[in-house]
Order: sequence, then structure tokens, then C-alpha cells
Amino acid sequence: MTVITSDIAAPPPAGKLLIMWRCLKRDKLALFAAIFLLALAIATIAGPPLIGDLAAKLGLRQRNLAPFSFQHGWVYFLGADTLGRPIIARLVVGAQNTLGIAFVAVLCSMLTGGILGLIAGYSERWYSQVIQRLADIVMSFPSLLLALIVLYTLGPSITNLVIVLACTRMPIYLRTTRAEVLELRERMFVSAAKSMGAGSFRIVLRHIAPLVLPTLLTIAALDFATVILAESSLSFLGLGIQPPDFTWGAMVANGRGYLANAWWISFWPGLVILLTTLSLNLLSSWARTFADPQQRWRLQSLRKTPR
Amino acid sequence: MSRFTSPLLTVENLTVEFLSDDAPVRAVNAVSFEVSRGETLVILGESGSGKSVSTSTVMDLIDQPPGDIVSGRITFDGVAIGNLRGEPRRLINGRKIAMIFQDPLAYLNPVYTVGRQIIEIFECHGVASGKAAREQAISLLRRVGIPNPETRIDQYPHQFSGGQRQRVMIAMAIALKPDLLIADEPTTALDVSVQAQILDLLRDLQNETGMALILITHDLEVAASMADRVIVMNRGEIVEAGAAKDVFTAPSHAYTKKLISALPHGDAAENSNKRSTTSSEETVLKVEGLTKEYFFSSGMFGKRQSFLAVNDVNFEVKKGETLGIVGESGSGKSSVARMLLRLAEPTSGKAIFAGEDIFSMNQARLLAFRRKVQMVFQDPYGSMNPRMSVHTIISEPWAIHGDILPKAKWKDRVVELLELVGLKPEHADRYPHQFSGGQRQRIAIARALASEPELIVCDEAVSALDVSIQAQVIDLLADLRTRLGLSYIFITHDLPIVRHFADRIIVMKQGEIVEDGTTSAIFGNPSHPYTRSLLEATPVPKWVAAGA
Repeated sequence: MTVITSDIAAPPPAGKLLIMWRCLKRDKLALFAAIFLLALAIATIAGPPLIGDLAAKLGLRQRNLAPFSFQHGWVYFLGADTLGRPIIARLVVGAQNTLGIAFVAVLCSMLTGGILGLIAGYSERWYSQVIQRLADIVMSFPSLLLALIVLYTLGPSITNLVIVLACTRMPIYLRTTRAEVLELRERMFVSAAKSMGAGSFRIVLRHIAPLVLPTLLTIAALDFATVILAESSLSFLGLGIQPPDFTWGAMVANGRGYLANAWWISFWPGLVILLTTLSLNLLSSWARTFADPQQRWRLQSLRKTPR
Repeated sequence: MSRFTSPLLTVENLTVEFLSDDAPVRAVNAVSFEVSRGETLVILGESGSGKSVSTSTVMDLIDQPPGDIVSGRITFDGVAIGNLRGEPRRLINGRKIAMIFQDPLAYLNPVYTVGRQIIEIFECHGVASGKAAREQAISLLRRVGIPNPETRIDQYPHQFSGGQRQRVMIAMAIALKPDLLIADEPTTALDVSVQAQILDLLRDLQNETGMALILITHDLEVAASMADRVIVMNRGEIVEAGAAKDVFTAPSHAYTKKLISALPHGDAAENSNKRSTTSSEETVLKVEGLTKEYFFSSGMFGKRQSFLAVNDVNFEVKKGETLGIVGESGSGKSSVARMLLRLAEPTSGKAIFAGEDIFSMNQARLLAFRRKVQMVFQDPYGSMNPRMSVHTIISEPWAIHGDILPKAKWKDRVVELLELVGLKPEHADRYPHQFSGGQRQRIAIARALASEPELIVCDEAVSALDVSIQAQVIDLLADLRTRLGLSYIFITHDLPIVRHFADRIIVMKQGEIVEDGTTSAIFGNPSHPYTRSLLEATPVPKWVAAGA
């Protein structure tokens, strides 16, 4: 055995990030997804200060300008919308609203859903039942319809939009957390903590919550995509974000009337929505494989012993 | 023993690796063995020694990748079967070579009746179908000793006991009269007396059909009682092979010697015991009339029924003493432990600890009580939070009971405790999964000691460990008892261990204490028939049984 292992140089102990990077390199689709999301994140943060004004600059001469021409400068490469505003600039500025709303909504629903799920799973008191029935009610209502009704009565605004999106997605986190807690609370290390005298608060926060978190983060990555789509649909219907603010969904809505002669107005924001959600799905499926010790070999370079 | 002709199965120079990012992990290294018709080969080894991987390769049950067969030649009945896949493989698996597993509940499908699962074997191999298959299934169940097979054939796996499920698995395995039966730890999950029945059944079936049997086990007594020949595996390699009697009575390899001398049995245990020498009259814990009753209703409109898990249990633990509680699964011994720690509430009864009844304590008193009494659990893999470092795990009692130790001293005390249980200071920053089973149980003991308890309840604390590690942990517990003046309640189903370690033993059956006495008295002169049956269930070596 020593003979065989000695001719493969033992790799130096790799850090956690390095191991992740190696596994990411093995899955080409996930790698592209990660690069795309990274570029998008940089553009969202650094873009608006650089080209912010361009997104609102009207240019009647560039109305419905066709894409793929450098004649008017690089910002017009993907064409311009009905008021002659460059689509590239609008995509970058729209990203901030789109991703910001989705991020805050996902974070809120994950936190409330997670906390309520921990309570509902660990406690056997009456409020555990109340929490679950509330979640059932929210789930049994078509979420888009609920959003439509709430936004119609409360009036569309960014805050209301975030609240509605967070509420409709919350039961998913609640149910997953509760199911995991029901399993974890029967584990022996929880009994061990109890026999040492640990209180409920300590058991839930120190012993159970850290084990539920990875699952919630995976769902959040998937849900981020769903929330972007839901927000886009609401904005498309005009109940989401209101002008002069805009999101990708609102941009698709703007181009609806010009699909026949200026397809690019709807096409580019639609494509970015598609790429973002697709990337998030790919990356979270990669993360699931990576987090599972039984499956991780699929992402590793398997070196066979020479024979 | 029958005369063996040419070997039925030959495995030559088998090497199996599991691939990952790092260098491949070698699970099995250059293993060769053979087995003939009518012969029993026992593969003996601790967990992780590669014994299951060797036989799974014979059945082509290793996924490739991540598994990788580096070298090896497997010949069955004169045909090389190492690279057999698809249809030719299906003609061998189940029909010529059959396998039974450790945990029959996991391998039987819970949503199909037992009968349907047996009939499926006949049908998918095209041997019989319909009524004929059912008739055969019934006679099979009768053969493996299931009472009333005509009615039980239509029941589901959960309606059978653990031993009966294992019988059903055996019935499925022998359905097509295989030439070779591979049994992977078939009795590990079972109690001693059930284990003896299953081993008897396997022996009878072998005599009847003349099949070859490969038995994989970590249990020395099971190995001795079944084996014609033994191979001993350690870290993926065969360290010793030979006729059973030679290996057990005159082991040549250092590892085998260590295994066989790990736990003294019989009179040896009586003489070299680790019992406490000082006797004290001070009572630590007094349990009176402890009873636990479970209520359940059978079916939707069924009558409310009750089940007495623990019935009127009385005992005392003196300072510095070890009380052994022995019984099979379902005898209520673990329920007693859980109630004493208030992890479950009793139906009635008292437990007086330091002059106070445990069951009527309020929250504040209970917190103080939980400093004085600690528990070491059966499964060192499950009893520690996988995401906590060893330092966090051991210092948790101090975080819960704020007044034991100021935070500044935690680090030094953790190091002290780790050294006390025979671990190294640098282990404090590691996580549970980086340790072996024995090391983890040491961490669990260090955690139990952290709050400076007076009484430690060990619930099957060494049952999940391998023999040689069991001995180490027992020695550690005995040593700590002498040094720190602890008392133990040591719950187990394994008689030899308590003989070595306990001062007094109570034997439990179906929730009641059937016998109570000093260790020497229980082993030397058992008065209750149940205690005697437990002692007799300990397997007898095959060469001794054959000579008798």
C-alpha cells in the first residue's frame, strides 16, 4: 500500500474555499452560472453610479433603435426602448430594484418562516397548531391572486410588494423547518443536552437551528428565482413597481405593445430574467450535491490507481 | 465436518478503492479467500475493516464510481463473475448466491406483505407463479420457523418481531436454494437468545441443503460458534486465516491476539474483574415502585389498551458502586434510565436522590440535579451535535450551569478532561466526525465528567463499539470510579461486560426485575430460569459443540 500511495504526491491540505472552487470547476454549467451571477452582482452594485443617468435619458432620435449597432455608442448596442433610452443602461439599473426586492423578500420570508417553523416544530403547545393552520391558509390561496388582491387594496409600492412576496413564500420555509425540527428533536444529542439541563431556548438555537440552516439556504437560492418571476409578473400586470422606478418585469411589460416591430424591448429583460433564475437553479443544485457527502464524489476528480 | 471438494467461490487478490479528491481510499487490499460447498467461512473484523466490501464485490453491489476495483479475480463454480453485469448477473444473484443483511426492517419493503415479497422472488426468476408460488412461500415460512405461516403470510413487516423479520429475510434468501449464502452481520441487531435461534436455523439449513455459508461478523462468540474456517480482517487486509479452532485457541497475529484477549470471559472475568474494592454504606439513589405505563388504542374504534413498560421497579445505588441492569430489548431498562434523568415522566413511583424525589422537583431543583447526574448514551455518533467542536461539546455543561467554572478557565479544564479520558489537548478544536467510535465515546465521557457528577448512567454505552475498544472504555470507567468516587448505573444487554465491571446486577424482563444480587451470585448461581436462559444463550464454539 505504501508503495502505491508514495508515487502520487500527497496534495497539501486544502482550505474549504479551495475545495469548493475545485468542485465548482468540475461542474461547467454551475461554473458559468456562478460567473454570470458574480458579474450581475458587480454590475448591480457598481453599475448605477457609473451609468445611472443614461437609463433615464430620453433620446427621441434613438426611439426603438434596433440592437447590434455601435453607431450611437456601446450603450445602445442592445438597442433602445420606446422613449429612446438605452436598454443596457436600463438593464443594469433595473437589476438593482429587481434583485434588491427579491433579496429582501427572500430574506424576510426565510427569517420569519424559519423562526415560526422552529417554534411550531419544537413546541407542542397550542400556538404550534395556530402557526401551522395559518401557513395552510396562506398555502391554499393562489399566491399571485393573493398578491393581486393585497396590492390592489393597499396600493402598489416597493414596501407592500416586498411584504406580499415574503408572506406568500413564507410557508415553504415554515413547513421545511418544522419537518426538520421534528426529526432533529428526537436525535440523541438533543436528549443529551436536555439531560445536562439545557433549556428549550438553548436547544433550539444552539443545537437545532444550525442544522436546519443549510437546507433553508438551499431553498432560498431556488426561491430567489421564483420571487424574481413573481415580482416580474406583478410588475408586468402593473401592480408591482411604479414608474419612474422600474424592474426587469416592468421593462418586459413596456415592450408588450411593440413585440411585432421592436421585439428587443421585451426580449433583453426577459432573457436576463431567464438567465438569472436558471443560474440560481443550477448553482443551488450544485450546492446540494456539494453539501451531501454521499454525492460529493460526482464533483471531484477521481484519480484511479495506475494498474 | 463434511469433506470439501473444489472450492465453490474463489476470490483472489481483490483490491477495492473508493475514489475522491484526495488519494483513493483503499477499503480492501489484496484479499484472497475461498469457500466450498457445505462449509462455513467466517470473516471476522471490526467495523471499517473491509469485510462487507469484500463480499459486496462478489454480488456486484459496489457502485462504480466512486468504488473502483483495482485488481482481483472472482470465480464462482468455475466461472469468472467479476465483470458480469445485466442478464447473466441476474441469473446468479438471488438464484445461486443470496445475501442476508443486518437490519431486516430496512431491507423489507414496508408497504408490501411478507408473502408478496417472497412470491416476487419466485416470479421474477420465473420459477413459479400464482397459487404454486404462494404454496411454496408458505412452506418456506414454516421451514424458517414462523408459526401459523398460512395467516402470517399476509401480514406486513412491521407486524413481525426483529427475530422473525430476520427469519423472513432468510426465507427469501434460501427461496431458490442458493449454492452460497452470504450473511452480513445477521444477528447484530438481535438479542442473545434470538441470536442463538437464528444461528441454529442457519446451521440446520446448511446441513439440509449443503450450501456454502459466508458469515460476516464482529462478534467473536458468534464467529466461534459457526466457523469451520476463519479469516480475520483489519484495515482492509487479511491478518490471519485458518481453521477456526486454531485461530481461536492459538492466534498467531498480534491483532488477533488482542481481539481474543480483549474481554476475559467465564472464570477469567471472575478473577481479573474491575469491580470496586471499597464498599460504602451511603446511598446515592433509591428507586421505589417505579412504573411506566403506555396507553394506545388498537385501530380507530379499538379499546384503549395499556402496556406496562416498567412495572414496580425498586433498587438502590450506593456511593462508589456500579449497578448493572441487564435485559433484552423491550425489557424496560432504557425506560428506567430515561425516567431517572427526567427525559420521560413515570406513571408512578419515587426516585430519591440526595433526600429529594427526582420526579417532584421544580425547574430550579431539576437544573441543580442535572449537574449531579449525567448520562452516557449508547451511540457516540448520535449523542453529539455534529456541528460543534469538541471544546464546545465538553464546555456545554458550564455554559448551561453558569456557576461551575468561570469562562476564562474553560480552555484549561477541557484540556484536563481530555487528558483524563486519554485524548490529546489538540483534539479540542476538531469535530466529532473526525474521531473513531471509541474516541467519541471518550469525548462523551469527558462531557459527562465536566459538571463533576456523583452518578453517571451509562445506557448501552459500549454496545456500539468493537470488542477491543469496549475493553478500553470499561477500563477507563473503572479507573475514573476509583479516582473520582463515582457511582454508575450500567445498562446493557451484554452479559460478559457486566461480569467484568459491575458490583451488583439486576436482571429485567418485560418491565420487571426478575433477579437481583451480587455479580458473583448471579453468574455463579442464577436462581431465575430467565437469568439461566440468558447465560446459556451465550454461543458455544463449534469445535466444542461438535466434540460434546
